[in-house]
Amino acid sequence: MAESGVKCVVWDLDNTIWDGILLEGDSVRLKPRIQEVLDNLDRRGILNSIASRNDHDLAMAKLRELGIAEYFLYPEIRWDAKSVSLRNIQKNLNIGFDTLLFLDDQPFDRDEVASVHGDVWCMDSRDYLQILEHSRLNPKYVTSDSALRRRMYLDEITRRKEEEAFVGPKEDFLRQLNMVFEISEAQESDLMRAEELTYRTNQLNATGKKYSVESLDAMRRDARYKILVCELRDKYGSYGKIGLALVKLMPGAWNLKLLLFSCRVLSAGVGGVLLTYLRNASRDRGARLTADFLDTGHNRMMRATYMVSGFTEEAQRSDGITVLENDLTDVPPLPDFLDIQINVNWSVE
Amino acid sequence: MRDKIRSMVESNLNIFNSGVEFSDDDNIFRKGFVDSLFAVQLIAYLEAEFGIKVGNKDMDIKNFNSVSNMVSFVERKRQEDGGATFSQ
Repeated sequence: MAESGVKCVVWDLDNTIWDGILLEGDSVRLKPRIQEVLDNLDRRGILNSIASRNDHDLAMAKLRELGIAEYFLYPEIRWDAKSVSLRNIQKNLNIGFDTLLFLDDQPFDRDEVASVHGDVWCMDSRDYLQILEHSRLNPKYVTSDSALRRRMYLDEITRRKEEEAFVGPKEDFLRQLNMVFEISEAQESDLMRAEELTYRTNQLNATGKKYSVESLDAMRRDARYKILVCELRDKYGSYGKIGLALVKLMPGAWNLKLLLFSCRVLSAGVGGVLLTYLRNASRDRGARLTADFLDTGHNRMMRATYMVSGFTEEAQRSDGITVLENDLTDVPPLPDFLDIQINVNWSVE
Repeated sequence: MRDKIRSMVESNLNIFNSGVEFSDDDNIFRKGFVDSLFAVQLIAYLEAEFGIKVGNKDMDIKNFNSVSNMVSFVERKRQEDGGATFSQ
């Protein structure tokens, strides 16, 4: 199995980010070029976080003083095993352990993490200057979504905090977010992001299949296909392009070859919204609606998304794909807390 | 079994919509604010609590959309799985 790309680098602090030990009163100094490395990762859309046994407030104050605090998402600065910190970071970011790189100068801590989370890539932090060259830290494409990734996660943190503080039913909370869900036909400029989504998304990909820009572009030019991209925005900002659907249009029958969503929007319920839209669109044009599903061992959420939207198992194809069919009756209304904007022309010339 | 399933659904529905009322035969996927995330949690709960395995073939909304349907589904699965006995 190919090694997955690194989505987050987790840094120790003492003798890793800086020289010296903060709590022993050393006047710590950033390691050479550390800011450059952080900044470079950030622009590639690779996140940074911290796993350090240290005094939280003191360490955060030092990071701010050094001007690098804003690079780190969900920093874990606590008196606990590093494996616990890695687990918390993985949970908070909702990404796989196999997409984490952990840098620490202490062999004990690296071994401890490796023994608990075998999929985490653990590296001696003295090699930090070399990580930028490594293929696992060089995503094939850097899109406008990648460069904004950290900011999107920061928006998400703000959202979660406000949601926790919000008193009242969840629907009232959702309503005041002013969410806009936009469904559009993919433009040429969307294809890199579309390919990136197929490569980055495992849990929320209905077939696990990856599509290259070239193959997506061929479908985009082919009248028998529609490629839909979804963007979600709310009062905090945009989540970016977070959903992708490939629809094959045959006379009287539409087949959803791929449906995927970014793990960033796991809880927003947008999967159901896109499927409701597609159910209405196919029914209004007198077409049956089927969908391909392939169990990858990680994507049960997508099977559940289809199930909740009224898809039932129809046939098993020889390539292992399960074809699901929607009976198109009983389509629920679209939720009223979302402003849904559609830029799709279904008419076939 | 019915009570366990009911209280699992109840405690989760309350997060979405406080004070929601439903009977064992109400379609919870229409009644409350239930999405695929909740469906996955529900299935994981049934598997862990009642020792069944929900396969892709079982992924039909009719098995999970009401408390009564979940009870029948779990009972049927247990019989299919060779009559492993669990006390209720």
